[in-house]
Amino acid sequence: MVNAAMFWIIAAITVIPAFSLLFARKAVHVAMSVVLVMVGLAAAYVTLGAPFLGMVQIVVYTGAVMMLFLFVLMLVGVDQREELKETIKGQRWIGLFTAAGLGAFLVSIVVRTVLPVAPTGVQGEPDVIAIMLFEKYVLVIEVLGFLLITAAVGALVLTHTPRLKPRRTQLEVQRDRVRVGADPVNKPMPGVYARHNALDVPALDPEGRPIEHSVSRVLKIRNQTVEGEQWRAQLEDPSRKEGDR
Amino acid sequence: MDPINFVILASILFAIGSAAVLLRRNAIIAFMGVELMLNAANLALVAFSRIHGEIDGQIMAFFVLVVAAAEVVVGLAIIIAVFRARQTISLDEPAELKG
Amino acid sequence: MLDLTWLLIAVPLASSFVLLLAGKRANPWGHWLGVAASGTAFVVGLLAFIQMLGLDEHDRSHAVHLFSWIPGGELNLDAGLLVDPLSMTFVLLVTFVGTLIHLYSVAYMEHDPDRRRFFAYLNLFVAAMLLLVLADSYLLLFVGWEGVGLASYLLIGFWNHKPEYATAANKAFVVNRIGDIGLILAMGLMFAYLGGLDFQTVFAAAPEATTAQLTAIGLMLLVAACGKSAQFPLQSWLGDAMAGPTPVSALIHAATMVTAGVYLIVRSAPVFEGAPAAQTTVAAIGAFTLILGAVIGMAKDDIKKALAASTMSQIGYMMLAAGLGPIGYAFAIFHLVTHGFFKAGMFLGAGSVMHGMSDQVDMRRFGALRTAMVTTWVTFGLGWLAILGVPPFSGFWSKDKIIEAAFVGEGAQPWILGGAALIGAGLTAFYMSRLFFMTFHGKARWTDGQHPHESPALMTVPMIILAVGSAFLGLFLAMGDRFSTWLEPVTGHAEHHEPVLPVPVIMVATLLLVAVGAWIAWRKYGAADVPETAPAASLATIAARNDMFQDSVNRGVFERPGTHLTRTLVYADAAIVDGAVDKTAHGFARTGESVRKTQNGQVRSYALTMLVGLVIVILVVVQGGL
Repeated sequence: MVNAAMFWIIAAITVIPAFSLLFARKAVHVAMSVVLVMVGLAAAYVTLGAPFLGMVQIVVYTGAVMMLFLFVLMLVGVDQREELKETIKGQRWIGLFTAAGLGAFLVSIVVRTVLPVAPTGVQGEPDVIAIMLFEKYVLVIEVLGFLLITAAVGALVLTHTPRLKPRRTQLEVQRDRVRVGADPVNKPMPGVYARHNALDVPALDPEGRPIEHSVSRVLKIRNQTVEGEQWRAQLEDPSRKEGDR
Repeated sequence: MDPINFVILASILFAIGSAAVLLRRNAIIAFMGVELMLNAANLALVAFSRIHGEIDGQIMAFFVLVVAAAEVVVGLAIIIAVFRARQTISLDEPAELKG
Repeated sequence: MLDLTWLLIAVPLASSFVLLLAGKRANPWGHWLGVAASGTAFVVGLLAFIQMLGLDEHDRSHAVHLFSWIPGGELNLDAGLLVDPLSMTFVLLVTFVGTLIHLYSVAYMEHDPDRRRFFAYLNLFVAAMLLLVLADSYLLLFVGWEGVGLASYLLIGFWNHKPEYATAANKAFVVNRIGDIGLILAMGLMFAYLGGLDFQTVFAAAPEATTAQLTAIGLMLLVAACGKSAQFPLQSWLGDAMAGPTPVSALIHAATMVTAGVYLIVRSAPVFEGAPAAQTTVAAIGAFTLILGAVIGMAKDDIKKALAASTMSQIGYMMLAAGLGPIGYAFAIFHLVTHGFFKAGMFLGAGSVMHGMSDQVDMRRFGALRTAMVTTWVTFGLGWLAILGVPPFSGFWSKDKIIEAAFVGEGAQPWILGGAALIGAGLTAFYMSRLFFMTFHGKARWTDGQHPHESPALMTVPMIILAVGSAFLGLFLAMGDRFSTWLEPVTGHAEHHEPVLPVPVIMVATLLLVAVGAWIAWRKYGAADVPETAPAASLATIAARNDMFQDSVNRGVFERPGTHLTRTLVYADAAIVDGAVDKTAHGFARTGESVRKTQNGQVRSYALTMLVGLVIVILVVVQGGL
């Protein structure tokens, strides 16, 4: 027998976040909700006498699988928005109806099923599990090892992009830049040759003139820069202090 | 409380997962629906393990876990490959199966 | 020498290939090569003939095995030559007349840029014709048969830059194909009923076969003969075949190729022996064609077409004789030989006239040519007397015998056939005299600027030789029944039958009719003026001028219904057969279309389908007793 309060808590933290799969717009929200579901399931395992499986569940699912999902989401871009308008005619309602019908169906069957519950459940401690795995199911473990290796290799193959064009060397990149008339060299860092090393201060060329484009464009738009004239004036009149600006 | 209730819970989660697969066009979300269905099955296995007092159900759940991990790896790799080819992960885009 | 008879075929064939392949560099000497090839064939034939004369009468049939041709199971056929008096007769006729016409053509075709090609075709024809007559099996005969058809087609259409000439060639080819189908069917029937295609097997098996089988074979052979020999109802091509150069008309469409049908009938004598019905049909067709040709000949103004109609009529005589059985075979071949001489001579004469008259063929624009072309006039005249059957010229000896033979028999048959032959003789006298008088006598009706002149010696010499043949060959061969005796090993000995009328009566009646015909022709065309354009005439004359509307009849009876039948079949095919197939296919396509909608390519839709299926399966399992 299990703790009823525990069951209801678990039911709440699994079913409610699970609905985000159907209704949440952003994939990241869905992923975080599923993490919560996984934690709830881990709790359920512990409640059902499978502490090792519960730990594995947390490590594998919340720690690895769901993080993998998040990584992929970042790779493909979190703004991969989904049109909520259904494009396939009837898909939404038939799908919902079928899924709900399946759920109702399963529930109705399970409710009608009466199984004698073992008085004392077994505890799935690591040592018990280990003995089972490496004695009774050792062959299955081996096969699963093959499966995992195959999956890993498969993932590598699938995500590998062959180089179709020869690699561009730095020299070629540089030549292309010159050809289109860009600066042959890197932009000077702001603050170089300046009396200031702040980002909003333009660099000075060897003749002491400020180089306007050494300051980030963004700062100019935000009006967070100091005009070059001010520094030119300061050059001409060293008595003026920096703090005057 | 009767552990059979966990099986009911598993059924509901399974239904939600299947609905997600059917309704969501974002491949990743649909894939999470698949994961949810797998975990629902796991929950049922563990619940039956508790009901019968046998450890084997947990072992089965463990195996499912491993297979699901492999499946996630390959599945996400496929999603990445599709994304590279089409710049989208919408399930409605690849319509090559159209007869 | 008899074993070397294959040279007869090989030499002209090789020459033909050389001329065709050598191209323009053969232009200066090509025609002489052609003449030499034909002449060589004649010499070989002559030597073989002399050797054969030295043999005993029963050893004169000589088989030459060439090679194993079709060694296959039930049909095991060797290619071989059969040299016997019948084929030897043809060999001599073809090579002798052929060589003369080759010579003639050297001059006649002198200004034609394609003279070399012409000689190549002529040689090809000689080779094919010799193969036809020398073959020892129907299949090899068929090869020659097709070969002469090909040569005939090529030569009729020799000037194929004129569309109507090319059309004439096509017409000849197509009509000949109809006959060929008859020969092919005959061969099929022979193989089925008599178990072989070589003459030996067929003739050995013929007596055991049923009359119906032999009749079927005989009728098919008759179809073949009709096609090749321009007999009713397949005669329509011969008139148009005059589109070819005149030497071709002389050699192929008068002297040799068109007589191949007669050869086929005579050669197949054992088959016809067992099929009296087929034999009677042959005679009837011959009789009908001889009248038909004569009537057409009476109305033609084109000298070559008139001669073509005459050829048709004369071959009708031969067919009539061939249809009479053993008593007629020898006379058929006899007439064939004499006809080969005098008709070739007359065609060459016509060619000479055309040569001198700038290729004018309308007899109404001739007249009074006897002074301008003395040699032509004399040689033509001898041919004219021969075809009329005036004694002692060649035609008399052969034609009179045929008429006599036609009167042999019982019941109505001798009266009908004999009467037709007799009337035909009168008609022949009329139209040939008409032709002769219109061309050489009367007043000159030449178009402006014509200066008729005699042809060169190269042309007149062959004409003279043929004219001598026309004059005396008949007498020479008829004396002491030489020719009949010569052919006896092949045609069999004919029991002598008395005609239903006494022989002198027939002869006198014939000569009387001939005289009347010639006299009417003289009155109308020799003594009186001939209008330069054809006058309005009775319906019968118009019909005759138009070849008895044979083309229209063909068009109306065969072509139109054929076209309509074909159209109907095409329509039926399209509507019913294709329709059924198409509808079925469309049905499947439509089913597919509707089913295709489920395959919309959307994975989610497929997932839904799977889930629905799963639910249904669970439902079935649960409700079904779990």
